[in-house]
Amino acid sequence: MRDGLWAGLARLGWTEERWNALQSWQRRAAKAAIVLVLGVVVLAPIYGFDLAAYLAFLVVAVIYVPDWSRVRYGNYFLPLAVLVLCFTYPYYLPHMPKLPIFTAFPTMTTAFTMTIFVMMALGLNIVVGYAGLLDLGYVAFYAIGAYTAAWLASPQADRYHWSFNLGGVGVPPGLGGIHVSIWLVLIAAACLAGIAGVIIGLPTLRLRGDYLAIVTLGFGEIVGVVATNGDCLFQGFTGHCVNITNGPQGINPIDPPGFGHWLHAHLGLPDNFLSASNSLDLFFWAGIVLVLFVVFCSRRLRDSKLGRAWVAIREDETAAAAMGVPLMRTKTWAYAIGAFMGGIAGAFLKSEQGGAFNTDFAFQFSIFVLCMVILGGMGSIWGVILGGAFLAYLNIEGIANIGGWYNNTFGKNTDLTKYSYGIYGVILVLVMLFRPAGLIPSARRAAEFELGVEDQPLMDARAT
Amino acid sequence: MATQASTSIPRLRALKRPNAAVPIAVLLLGLILFWLGENLVRTPADFYQNFVYGATNGLLYGLIAIGYSLVYGILELINFAHGDVFMLGSMMATTFVGVTILGLTAGSAWYVLWPGIIAALLISMAFCGTLNASIERVAYRRLRTAPRLAPLITAIGMSFILQNVGLVWKGPRPISTVDILPHGAIFTIGGVAYTWSEFFVVAVTLPTLALLVWLVQRTRHGKAMRATAQDREAAAMMGIDVDRTISFTFLLAGALAGVAGTVFALYNTNTSFLTGFRTGLIAFTAAVLGGIGNLPGAVLGAMLIGLLEGFSDGLAWHALGSQWTEAVIFAILIIILVLRPEGLLGERTPEGG
Repeated sequence: MRDGLWAGLARLGWTEERWNALQSWQRRAAKAAIVLVLGVVVLAPIYGFDLAAYLAFLVVAVIYVPDWSRVRYGNYFLPLAVLVLCFTYPYYLPHMPKLPIFTAFPTMTTAFTMTIFVMMALGLNIVVGYAGLLDLGYVAFYAIGAYTAAWLASPQADRYHWSFNLGGVGVPPGLGGIHVSIWLVLIAAACLAGIAGVIIGLPTLRLRGDYLAIVTLGFGEIVGVVATNGDCLFQGFTGHCVNITNGPQGINPIDPPGFGHWLHAHLGLPDNFLSASNSLDLFFWAGIVLVLFVVFCSRRLRDSKLGRAWVAIREDETAAAAMGVPLMRTKTWAYAIGAFMGGIAGAFLKSEQGGAFNTDFAFQFSIFVLCMVILGGMGSIWGVILGGAFLAYLNIEGIANIGGWYNNTFGKNTDLTKYSYGIYGVILVLVMLFRPAGLIPSARRAAEFELGVEDQPLMDARAT
Repeated sequence: MATQASTSIPRLRALKRPNAAVPIAVLLLGLILFWLGENLVRTPADFYQNFVYGATNGLLYGLIAIGYSLVYGILELINFAHGDVFMLGSMMATTFVGVTILGLTAGSAWYVLWPGIIAALLISMAFCGTLNASIERVAYRRLRTAPRLAPLITAIGMSFILQNVGLVWKGPRPISTVDILPHGAIFTIGGVAYTWSEFFVVAVTLPTLALLVWLVQRTRHGKAMRATAQDREAAAMMGIDVDRTISFTFLLAGALAGVAGTVFALYNTNTSFLTGFRTGLIAFTAAVLGGIGNLPGAVLGAMLIGLLEGFSDGLAWHALGSQWTEAVIFAILIIILVLRPEGLLGERTPEGG
């Protein structure tokens, strides 16, 4: 099809060589112009001429077309522009035009959840993308983060008559249990998840590839079973139930995030996210800030000594060991840091949702996050952000929207959301077959896929 | 089926530090045996019942586990979609013997019933074999030279796709198969009857396994499979059509899943689109327990896992109860992979430490 396109263009005098000889901004400008023309010809007659759509197009074009890398500090332009667009999202969302097929831009609630999933995808990206360890049990860290939040910021601990309040917000008077400020909970959740990562990692990381994937899958499944049966543990030993997860009832309510009265009075920070008038915006902004933190960590780690050791292990474990890379330590760090991010994301998501339930922690969740990393491009931060945001959007409202559009257009009555995992399966397979390095591949990963890595070492290289 | 790794290891093995697995394994085994013995003394009827149930299911898991082992042996790929191929096979059999096509019932005459069941077996085998081989053709073949994670991820994707095929086909609720197997007792131990339906599982499974062993050990196809498993390039140089051999392996694995699916549907009389995922994981655990890539190992592991599942589900004295069975099985999977990645009968592979 590509060749046919070029053959057609060559008749018009545009050979591929001539196209390639253009400056890169000229090529991008041409692409933008084509999109604009298509938009005017195809979409405008259907949806009407919408000023907001043109403005949006203009903004994207300004970011996309010029060759920013040639401008001084131009490398900072793209991230900054994206950041500004994200932070101002609540303000221009109401004016956004309707979309074809997807129907609408994500609502604020969806946007918040997207930030959480992006965070998780970035965390998993450290394990899968950087270190090349396939982790099919990422849900375990999500669960640990979630239940940490559930214990440290809910009435749950009152069962055992432990009660204190350390900066917790939105706690009705007289309610027992531990109530810790969400920001401390996030740190605790991240650390606990990190420790869990080390505990799971240490015995298992000397396995490779498929075996590691299976062991992590096993851990993920066990965590799910524990979450379901966690309302009555150790009955055989102690004679009475130890209730950790409250089983199918779940633990709720979990306190909302917030900075508390003192900071509110002195610094003007929001007291309680849930009761604020712009509650949804606050959650979203907090999510963005957390994503920024994770992106910062990812970038710094990628370029650090540790990050280069991860890449070395990913590409050839035996050679890396021979060059003196400490395998176990390096892999365990990847695991712990990936888990750390998952813990933060899990705790913050549950604080927003206000409850942790056993059904949230199914195996499918791990695959879902993995799908984000794969779709976006393993090892590429931009790619993973894109993949995470897109799939999270699809999961929360995208598939429902598309289903609605489909039903309206073709007069059907299908519940497309039932088949969401089938859709993710199709995405996984298609990406692996046709674009194995992802939508925005990292250059190094793409090269690995291109060359075909023959990683069949004779034995497990051992180093301490 | 040996992997390439196994040949060059012996000298290194001698240097290995003392194996921590042995005392732990002995201790665990002792505890389990004690627990089983105590249960046998306290509630013999429960014990026998669960023994029969577990052994029967174990044989079924064996058929599926061999599918994993065959594919792993030849491609070193964990074919995640295998469990779901099995699930589709069970749905195929359910549909075929059900009202719309054959309309078999428990009251059907034997000359209608048994040919019907055999036809269901054959149909399901053909269906699953073709399905599995086409999955290989469409999804895995292009990724032979890609990094190892790529086909694995594709297999996970295929698994989800097949699950949704099942969901679209039969809906989200479990569907029930008509109960056509005779339930008369053959003999009775300790007040527990061994019924014809349980014998049916054995009567199908064992000949299938024998046929498979014959196929792999004695025929040219089997020889080609073993050669390809050992060294794909060398096999190709010897004139073996590697692509065809791999396709054939997938066909064989799929056919076994089809047999398992039919027997499962007829014996357990229900199936659902989620059956494949759970059963597949259990069977995979069994394959790993026995030593992946090793066919007798897969059956042994499957029998052990089946028995364990039965006992864990059904015994009364100090059992964890059925809600923990899955966790126990995965815990075993983890312990085996960490302490003895080569499995009970297997040989060392590159993945294991």
